[in-house]
Amino acid sequence: MPDAMLLIAAVGLPFAGAFAAVLLPTHARDAAAWLAGAITLAALAMVWLAFQTVADGGVLRYEIAWMPSVGLDFSLRMDGFAWMFAGLVTGIGFLVVLYARYYMSPEDPVPRFFAFLLAFMGAMMGVVLSGNLIQLVFFWELTSLLSFLLIGYWHHTQGARDGARMALTVTAAGGLCLLAGVLVLGHIVGSYRLDEVLTAGVRIQSHPLYLTALVLILLGALTKSAQFPFHFWLPHAMAAPTPVSAYLHSATLVKAGVFLMARLWPVMAGTDAWFWIVGTAGLVTLVIGAYIAIFQHDIKGLLAYSTISHLGLVTLLLGLNSDLAMVAAIFHMMNHAMFKASLFMAAGIIDHETGTRDIRRLSGLNRSMPFTARLALVAAAAMAGVPLLNGFLSKEMFFAEALTAEAPLPSAFWVLPVLAMVASAFAVTYSLRFIHGAFFGPDPMDLPRAPHEPPAWMRFPVEILVLACIMVGVLPAATVGPFLDMAVRAVLGDATPVYSLAVWHGFNQPLVMSLLALAGGVLLYLLLQRHLLGGAEGVPLLRRLEGQRMFERTMVFLSWRLARTLEALLGTRRLQPQLRLVVGVAVLAAGWAVSLRSFAPGNLLPSDIDPVIALVWVVGAACALGAAWQAKYHRLAALILLGGAGLVTCVTYVWFSAPDLALTQLLVEVVTTVLLLLGLRWLPKRLDAPGARPAEVVTATRRLRDLALAGAAGAGMAALSYGVMTRLPPELLAQHFLKLAYAEGGGTNVVNVTLVDFRGFDTLGEITVLGTVALTVFALLRRFRPAPDSVDLPEQQRDQSAEDEARPDRVDGDSLADWLLVPAVITRLLFPVIGLIALFLLLRGHDLPGGGFVAGLVMSVAFILQYMISGANWVEARLRILPLRWISLGLLLAAGTGMAPWLFGLPFLTAYFSYAELPGLGAVPMASALVFDLGVFLLVVGATVLMLIALAHQSVRGHRAATRPAAARPPIPSAGRIAAAVGED
Amino acid sequence: MELIVSLAIGVLAGSGVWLLLRPRTFQVIMGLSLLSYAVNLFIFSTGGLRTGAAPVLEHGVPGNLAQHADPLPQALVLTAIVISFATTALFLVVLLASRGLTGTDHVDGRERDG
Repeated sequence: MPDAMLLIAAVGLPFAGAFAAVLLPTHARDAAAWLAGAITLAALAMVWLAFQTVADGGVLRYEIAWMPSVGLDFSLRMDGFAWMFAGLVTGIGFLVVLYARYYMSPEDPVPRFFAFLLAFMGAMMGVVLSGNLIQLVFFWELTSLLSFLLIGYWHHTQGARDGARMALTVTAAGGLCLLAGVLVLGHIVGSYRLDEVLTAGVRIQSHPLYLTALVLILLGALTKSAQFPFHFWLPHAMAAPTPVSAYLHSATLVKAGVFLMARLWPVMAGTDAWFWIVGTAGLVTLVIGAYIAIFQHDIKGLLAYSTISHLGLVTLLLGLNSDLAMVAAIFHMMNHAMFKASLFMAAGIIDHETGTRDIRRLSGLNRSMPFTARLALVAAAAMAGVPLLNGFLSKEMFFAEALTAEAPLPSAFWVLPVLAMVASAFAVTYSLRFIHGAFFGPDPMDLPRAPHEPPAWMRFPVEILVLACIMVGVLPAATVGPFLDMAVRAVLGDATPVYSLAVWHGFNQPLVMSLLALAGGVLLYLLLQRHLLGGAEGVPLLRRLEGQRMFERTMVFLSWRLARTLEALLGTRRLQPQLRLVVGVAVLAAGWAVSLRSFAPGNLLPSDIDPVIALVWVVGAACALGAAWQAKYHRLAALILLGGAGLVTCVTYVWFSAPDLALTQLLVEVVTTVLLLLGLRWLPKRLDAPGARPAEVVTATRRLRDLALAGAAGAGMAALSYGVMTRLPPELLAQHFLKLAYAEGGGTNVVNVTLVDFRGFDTLGEITVLGTVALTVFALLRRFRPAPDSVDLPEQQRDQSAEDEARPDRVDGDSLADWLLVPAVITRLLFPVIGLIALFLLLRGHDLPGGGFVAGLVMSVAFILQYMISGANWVEARLRILPLRWISLGLLLAAGTGMAPWLFGLPFLTAYFSYAELPGLGAVPMASALVFDLGVFLLVVGATVLMLIALAHQSVRGHRAATRPAAARPPIPSAGRIAAAVGED
Repeated sequence: MELIVSLAIGVLAGSGVWLLLRPRTFQVIMGLSLLSYAVNLFIFSTGGLRTGAAPVLEHGVPGNLAQHADPLPQALVLTAIVISFATTALFLVVLLASRGLTGTDHVDGRERDG
């Protein structure tokens, strides 16, 4: 099988399996287990197939360029070290799957469990097989996320949720540090490819950023591997189902940290900084973890702290900056994976068959479950480092290293061996406690369940692992030798030292230390018996050292106190200060930019001032200022003045050669004014009482400040505009558009050609926005409830009605109809004329001012006029406008025109045009852009009309609601009525 | 001429900003409209102020900047005008809904305390 296929399968299969498992029914336990088992075996087979190549010193590689310009490639790489880890991940993974099949209860949603587990396995394979550091970090964070899901699998319990959250917070935060560190490392090396990073050791260590990269990367690795002071998350992760603990804390999640340190060891290690950081963290973790483990009453808690301690051992070995220590570290990674996985499984069996994990309640299980007891005994002995078991071998190597390590402080040469021995004695003590506490002593009293042996297949994985512990312990060179050699050579290369994998090295110092530790551990256990049997909670001497409490405090501080303080200091829920801030910052930023580069008018000579336009703008400015002045108390006046300013703007467009803009502005002005007029009715009355109460000082100050801000913004805009207008950039896109408008767009109105052809995609987006806004307006108004004081009929309408009611020959509404009779006749006559104008503007748009937007607005004005003059009821009785249909048709037409070129193999929105000879009319331009423009037209009509009608209908509703006495009249026309009016039932 | 138009933009923007900072929703909507005039004029003016040079070509003759005004800012502003109409409409409806829900037309949904 080619390397590429093999690597992709090894990483991809677990993910594919996870996806398949998700699709299984919730309680398909067996199917999910079979699937997971088959997938894991297949992945294991992939790893095994790669063995020969890797054993010969080869490296399997597979790369797909993804974003090569920034050094991001999908890259898989398998050397001996990665092979060893991949083997552990899939091998122990398979045993865990088998075990989980029997451990998980049929009531649990087991397929989800296996889906998470498989995805986690895939992520872990991604970590160990990544050939690119960024990609490695990606998979790294993926393992954090998936471990969150796995630990929180029983999310109905508080402990699982807390444990999962803590694990995620700590490891993912570490992962972010790692990402930063990897970016720095990539910056130093100039590449994120592992192959290149691993050959750049000298450059990395001599670079000024070395320490930064080192600290950041180590933060990632040490949090992941639960090293002091980040160790506290691991015991809480024990809330996970036991197979998860067996997997995460033996071969995978926590090993990722030490994996990474070992991976980068050849290029990052060897410095004092590395020695002090890694070595200290490892040593402290080794001792404290082992010490705390002794006092755990929960057997999983005991194993958790033991895991922390053993990871500390590995970390310490990595920190010693010695090649032989590196060998010992890799060896211990393998050994620990084996005995710890089996111990967790044994703990799970005890929990499963007795219903408790509390050592104080367990006792004498040796009689009811003798097989499990013996298996656990052997595994625990391996953990304690008893001779003839694998743990002993790597511990011997560790002792040898501890004795020969070059201490930077010569007077402290004894510290390391002594602490190593102490920690080793602690390991003996907690192993003894586990075995003696659970399996020996009197028969257990009142356990939740009567203990008995588990199903044979549930014990099978433990048997395999324990067998491996014994085999490696007795015949190390024959069993694990080749794999270890392969892994070590992959990391150390030519620097691989000579080491001996023998059980018996003679009666030497390490052996003496081992024997001392064994004896010391047993003695300590005997001494502590009474204290432990007392069942006191907590750890003597270290009670105050609770990482969890620090974590909680930090979290409370960060996510609550700090956030609240910052919000109180900097935040406000009031709009005005926010807007003031936005405008203020904008003004300041512009001022800052000007102060940096100085400000001067451009090189173009300003053209002469035309008195007409100057006069027009005197009016325009007066209108704008008047609108600003009157908007509070005289809304109608302000609205009229706003219209004045709009008209002057429109005149400016005409004057300065923008007929399309002028047309659009004029029509939008009309529609906006109608819209705002419709809204006025729902606003509260506010009467101006000048001088009644002088403005308070605070208010006056605020107004002055706002005035200053507005003045600054206005002056700034004026200066900016002047500066821009007096400059002409040398290369304008316009030249391109002007040249090609006719040749390629087939139209002479360059603005329109730009809209429907050159920048057609923009226009498509913009009409989509317009349609969305119209639908939003419609949706918001369906549930509209006016304020109580706006429900009554307006005064003017009441006057009219009063007049009608006063005279017997008239009915309500007659006055209105009479007054508007002449305009009504005119607008009804005008309706087809306006429609024709709209059509004319639409058709000529490509060549002359006009186009879809303008025509659409004209058409909607035609509709609105009818509504305004004759009233909604009159219009809807005669004309059913279906704006939603117009909108959808318009959007479909525009998008369809865009997609049509696909049929001819052309890109989206490619325009087509030609001239068609029509009898009697001569050559008529037929451009696909016209169809697009038709879509724009339909959508603009639909959107505008929908918004205006929806708003207008509120008045009808309000009117009916107000005039309805108690229950005599028909029910209030509500959402349904507007819906009917716009054609949607 | 440039001076007149830039002063006009300044006045429109200044009035708009003033209204934007007022407490009543109707004032804010007026302010947004004025501000959009100012911004549209500004974008338009980046193409230069030209008289009698509408970007409409003769049939069959490619255009050039000597005879025609810059069409690009015009095209941008054209859609901007329509979109600003849409946002005005949306804001108006939100304003009305907020007034219906809270009974006040203050921008914060409640009158200022004290």
